[in-house]
Amino acid sequence: MFGWEFPPHITGGLGTACYGLTKGLSHFDTEVIFVVPKTYGDEDLKHIQLKDAGDVVITEKRMQYEEFWDKFRYLEVGSNLIPYMDPEEFAKIYDKKIFLGSEYREQVFKTKFTFTGTYGKDLFQEVARYALIASYIAASNDFDIIHAHDWLTYSAGIAAKEVSGKPLVVHMHATEFDRSGDNINQGVYDIERAGMEAADKVIAVSNLTRRIIIERYRIPPEKVVTVHNSVEPLSLPEDFKLTKGFKEKTVTFLGRVTFQKGPDYFIEAAKKVIDVDPNVRFVMAGSGDMLNRMIKRAAKLGITTKFHFAGFLKGQEVYEMFSMSDVYVMPSVSEPFGISPLEAMMSDVPVIISKQSGVAEVLKHALKVDFWDIDDMADAIYGLLHYEGLSKMFKKYGKQEVENLRWENSAFKVKEVYKSLVGDV
Amino acid sequence: MRTICFYFQVHQPFRLKRYKFFDIGNDHYYYNDFENKSIMRKVAEKCYLPTNKTFLDLINEYGNNVKIAYSISGVAIDQFEMYAPDVLDSFRALVDTGKVEILSETYSHSLSSLKNREEFERQVKLHRDKVKQVFGVVPKVFRNTELIYSDWIGEYVADMGYKGMITEGAKHVLGWKSPNYLYCNAINPKLNILLKNFKLSDDIAFRFSNHDWPEFPLTTEKFVSWLNALDPKEEIINLFMDYETFGEHQWKETGIFEFLKALPNAVFKYSDFKFSTPSEVIKKFDPVGAIHVPHPISWADEERDLTAWLGNELQDEAFNNLYKCYDRVKELNDPEIWKDWLYLQTSDHFYYMCTKWFSDGDVHKYFNPYNSPYEAFVNYMNILSDFIIRLEK
Repeated sequence: MFGWEFPPHITGGLGTACYGLTKGLSHFDTEVIFVVPKTYGDEDLKHIQLKDAGDVVITEKRMQYEEFWDKFRYLEVGSNLIPYMDPEEFAKIYDKKIFLGSEYREQVFKTKFTFTGTYGKDLFQEVARYALIASYIAASNDFDIIHAHDWLTYSAGIAAKEVSGKPLVVHMHATEFDRSGDNINQGVYDIERAGMEAADKVIAVSNLTRRIIIERYRIPPEKVVTVHNSVEPLSLPEDFKLTKGFKEKTVTFLGRVTFQKGPDYFIEAAKKVIDVDPNVRFVMAGSGDMLNRMIKRAAKLGITTKFHFAGFLKGQEVYEMFSMSDVYVMPSVSEPFGISPLEAMMSDVPVIISKQSGVAEVLKHALKVDFWDIDDMADAIYGLLHYEGLSKMFKKYGKQEVENLRWENSAFKVKEVYKSLVGDV
Repeated sequence: MRTICFYFQVHQPFRLKRYKFFDIGNDHYYYNDFENKSIMRKVAEKCYLPTNKTFLDLINEYGNNVKIAYSISGVAIDQFEMYAPDVLDSFRALVDTGKVEILSETYSHSLSSLKNREEFERQVKLHRDKVKQVFGVVPKVFRNTELIYSDWIGEYVADMGYKGMITEGAKHVLGWKSPNYLYCNAINPKLNILLKNFKLSDDIAFRFSNHDWPEFPLTTEKFVSWLNALDPKEEIINLFMDYETFGEHQWKETGIFEFLKALPNAVFKYSDFKFSTPSEVIKKFDPVGAIHVPHPISWADEERDLTAWLGNELQDEAFNNLYKCYDRVKELNDPEIWKDWLYLQTSDHFYYMCTKWFSDGDVHKYFNPYNSPYEAFVNYMNILSDFIIRLEK
């Protein structure tokens, strides 16, 4: 398996999903060699054998694969687009002076490669270099199937397939259209498409994503299989206790404050709720390129004594946020899957999710609204806050529902895909 | 007789700590003690102590001929008491010479005059009592936060019994008129108005060490020659500036202290100018006419208006929400609430939310603890939200 990140060094849902999936596969006696650009030594390695692409010593022997390097060089496109980049860190890189803190490197380890000068271009160079190393790993290891997660690793997947002749599965956790709307980065799109064309099977994290793959990447439908993500059971520290400093009920948005996540719709809906019921607090946790605009908008709407900005939350703060919340809203404009509502439900928080999200396909006990329908969203928020029967029901059945979503189930489906290609693995 | 009138502003805000959303309702202490203390100590060593000593030496040397005035905000006095009693002693020594006038202002260096007259008057009285207690003198002349002034603010001040008030000699208000005379308030002519000569003041405060300035370097002889070049009928040169000009904005190495030490001698030797305090100016001169200021002015930036503190969405939202608390604060009448209420009003908090300074430059960045106006706003609103919760209890 080729990934780009692995817990605990993650920047987005990709690492979490890779972890859950490999863990699930271990239940079916499937051996996984997981390749990431750099390992740190503190990853949970119980289930898999983790390969560090940086461990590969550059020798003469590897140079015989130079042809693949040439092959992928055309994929190097000048750009500074960073997928799954935490926007706060992205801003820091832009502001070149500050990006040396150790915390930074730990959080966004994948950009470690890009510290060498011209940033944007280097990411694509790294993708190509990763592919070169992948071909070496493919030649020197024994395996049956190649599984590549997201576009950053597709070149690696293709290279490994060329060297070994083994079947390739690519896993679409997000498409360029989710990240950028219609203003896509052509270089990223090209790699995504090349990966899916070279693949023997494509796994999409939702039917929503599957449709995008078929319609916008022109991949034959029979090649694309939907396997929904799942969620890991929460493990809260024993002494976890939180004192909420106010009595009002709290409605939470948690995620990157970017176009894709629809923070603007959340603010407009909040205004509508506050107008009717001032005894509610709203929180926007996260940061991103739209944050300043959101702060200004909240000020302009005159709701800032009830609408708070919590900044970027990490680790335990996320659970603290959930345990303070009475409603969780994910108003994403386009969300391939969306694991965070599942985490909220694990914490007994009823959720409102946009119909434009993959997770809407698997959840019954969640309120679903169109991201643009702020009246509907406000109505749903108000309902969950005031009609206890509703929130109680959502809490009760929601938790059950989420607990039944298991990575084993997702892994089972992935295994079926493998079987369809090589028989039993 | 012609005179120079020096007034220096001494102010340090209680800077707020990083206050997170999770703290709302849980943590009721809002101030960054470490930062406030370290900034206070730094400015004390670089500016307050050496400059006070320079003026004390000058007063001892020239006796009755060197006069100056200070306005020291209540929040600065509070912080002197906490972190720099030595500075307070040195100010006391200056006041005790009888050559130094202390002016009146709002206790927390607030913008209350623009929003709430009752609170404004309460703060002025609080500050007056504090000055009386610390320095043993009662101020007679008023200076509003950032020299903010308008006809009606002048009227409030006159009604409180002040004889004079100082403000900016803003070009768009003066037109062809000169700031170098005494004026009076347009509504109540009993209130005398002293106007800052911003050209000569800023030559010292902002341009002194600027190598790109054609007049660099500024010597006392050159400065006095500019005074002599003025129309002999122009009587009063008001040089108003931040006290931190000496040693902070203009570092010791620029020679600013030498300039200060040599200035009185050059003035006495080459010109017929003397030094007076604002109260003396009011006593000795008569106003030449009323000055009309229908819209508030200040001494900030090129525009000399309020836009450094109020006007963008963030500032207005924070400011309006703050003053909505007043009735409840008064009703509760709790000493801790009163104190935080004061400190949250300090104008600097709103200054940090200014989005102009993408263009207006360095002065705004000075001692600014935030990376962006948005960050300043979010932090302030988190604190204000907690404050409101306390009011509702």
